Amino acid sequence: MLKINNLHASIEDKAILKGINLEVKAGEVHAIMGPNGSGKSTLASVIAGKEEYEVTEGSILLEGEDIEELAAEERAHKGVFLSFQYPVEIPGVSVTNFMKTAINETRKAKGLEDMPAKDMLKMIREKSELLEIDRKFLSRSLNEGFSGGEKKRNEIFQMAMLEPKLAILDETDSGLDIDALRIVANGVNKLKSKDNAVIVITHYQRLLDHIVPDFVHVLYNGKIVKSGGKELAHELEAKGYDWIKEEVNA
Amino acid sequence: MSLKEKLVSSFMAFEDTVDVHSSIHDIRTEAIKTFEAEGFPTKKLEDWKYTSLNTVLKQDYSVFPKHENDIEFKDVKKYFIHEIDAYKIIFIDGKYASNLSQTTHDGLDVCLMSSALTKPKYKVIIDNYFNKIASKDGLSSLNTAFSHEGAYINIPKNKVVDKPIQIIHFSTGNESAVLLQPRNLIVVNENAHVQIIERHQSLTDNPVLTNSVTEIFTNKRAIVDYYKIQNDKQSASLIDNTYVNQKQESLAKVHTFSFGGKLTRNNLNFYQNGERIDSTMKGITIIGDKQHVDHNTLVHHIEPNCESHQDYKGIFDDSATGVFNGKVVVEKEAQKTNAFQANNNILMSDKASINTKPQLEIFADDVKCSHGCTIGQLDESAMFYLRSRGIPEKEARALLMFAFSNNVMDSVKIPELKNRITKIIAKKLGVNLGFDL
Repeated sequence: MLKINNLHASIEDKAILKGINLEVKAGEVHAIMGPNGSGKSTLASVIAGKEEYEVTEGSILLEGEDIEELAAEERAHKGVFLSFQYPVEIPGVSVTNFMKTAINETRKAKGLEDMPAKDMLKMIREKSELLEIDRKFLSRSLNEGFSGGEKKRNEIFQMAMLEPKLAILDETDSGLDIDALRIVANGVNKLKSKDNAVIVITHYQRLLDHIVPDFVHVLYNGKIVKSGGKELAHELEAKGYDWIKEEVNA
Repeated sequence: MSLKEKLVSSFMAFEDTVDVHSSIHDIRTEAIKTFEAEGFPTKKLEDWKYTSLNTVLKQDYSVFPKHENDIEFKDVKKYFIHEIDAYKIIFIDGKYASNLSQTTHDGLDVCLMSSALTKPKYKVIIDNYFNKIASKDGLSSLNTAFSHEGAYINIPKNKVVDKPIQIIHFSTGNESAVLLQPRNLIVVNENAHVQIIERHQSLTDNPVLTNSVTEIFTNKRAIVDYYKIQNDKQSASLIDNTYVNQKQESLAKVHTFSFGGKLTRNNLNFYQNGERIDSTMKGITIIGDKQHVDHNTLVHHIEPNCESHQDYKGIFDDSATGVFNGKVVVEKEAQKTNAFQANNNILMSDKASINTKPQLEIFADDVKCSHGCTIGQLDESAMFYLRSRGIPEKEARALLMFAFSNNVMDSVKIPELKNRITKIIAKKLGVNLGFDL
């Protein structure tokens, strides 16, 4: 699904990613953990195609195709989805209309007709039920005045609507109370299949109790310094990151 | 001969052709003298520092269009908000077009300035209101000197007008260049309510200069909702001088949508003569190429407990230039005034520019006045958010522009008009978002 080779990326000549290697296969869930400033969000943004970051070395392959030169929307059309840590507010554009535009633009890019309104409504209904989203919520302006939990639930709702091959959840657990966390995790779990893959970026192990990873990677100072199974997340929760830093710096 | 000389010399001939109340003759004669002394404004004037009329005034304008020109409704239907029933006062090259209009005298007057200026039954109104609040500057005086035709609207006490009034000025381009000077008078009496949509539209690429004066009187508890659509051709320039005189507890709102034209200058002035008055002016400007739009606003808070709200959004692309000059004067007696002013701008290109200048002159001590202006670019992280959902760059940019101007759109109270403006914006931005915002 995703193969990252020796990825280096910088912003305004400041190197953030310093040689990332990562392979994610279809059907897998990977967690990326690490202390603040280690490059987790940068990695997510670089995979999704944020233009401010410059890839200086290495490659990102999605299903064997190098996507490094593609615009963010083209990567989305190929099935990359990023759930944002800080979703942006768009006043005047309802959640429903936003989703219609996103879905139909993706279909257009694939040479398909617009999704019939009836099918769109049915899909919106199904997916909003999955995330326990109130119908009234869907006619509100995108993210405007949403609580932290509503924003994150809305991100996963968008993921459900767009049915990506590769979903990257960037600190989706931050700002969530336990009920919202459960709903979000439940949504992600229901969307998981043998054909798609999920990368969960998180600080804490708490989300990983609900979305159980197959692999856990620790990112520190722009590199993956340790990889393991889900037990690594528990170890990090218990011991913090200092021992990792000491190991690396030793 | 310069345009000024041409105008001054043709004044006498013009005066002889129009039969008006004698008091109007005096006003006109006075006005042409003022224009002769003042002339057209130059950049030396503080209020015209960023807007030059030089190129616009170089054209050899025909001052009195010679031909009677006709237009078929089907050819200009798209310029009407035709989805709704409306009173219509339509002009072609400055002359009334009865076949396109729908006027009335049934319970309210929606008709012509030329009638109001000449018929005895309107004399009292004309004496009370005509040229009472228009400024005595060069441009307004020029309009006054030649004032002859335009919209005359008089809404009687307690009348809620059942449908909007559309005023459209078409220019056919049958003369090589034309100067139009419409003069509108709108009197809204106690407790009456009216919605007005105004548009200036040229139909060819021949140059047009419009120097328009509109005087609006809102009496006690009256409500006026005025919408100006400025989406003219690249060859057309507009100087809009609008004066609103408000009495106690009245509510006047003017929305200005500036999307096209070579040079557009809006002189919008509110005078609050009473307590608990609300004056609102909002605008969206989206221009490109070498277009220029200048909003020059004034709110004069004269009495206590009044409010004013200004909210102007501007998006400037290519080499477009914008000006916002918002003046708020709060007199010593005008305690408990609430005055808000916001001017937010986005520059889409390195060559585009905006000069924004709030001017607050506050002589009262117990007031709330705020102003804020911003100039920036589109938010890159918002762009990335939209694009990461599969929305291409152009559409993403358009969505953000809609979001940026949303709070102005939100206060448009006629849904069909709102829809039309959205479509004009979408067309201008070259996008089809597949839904109506």
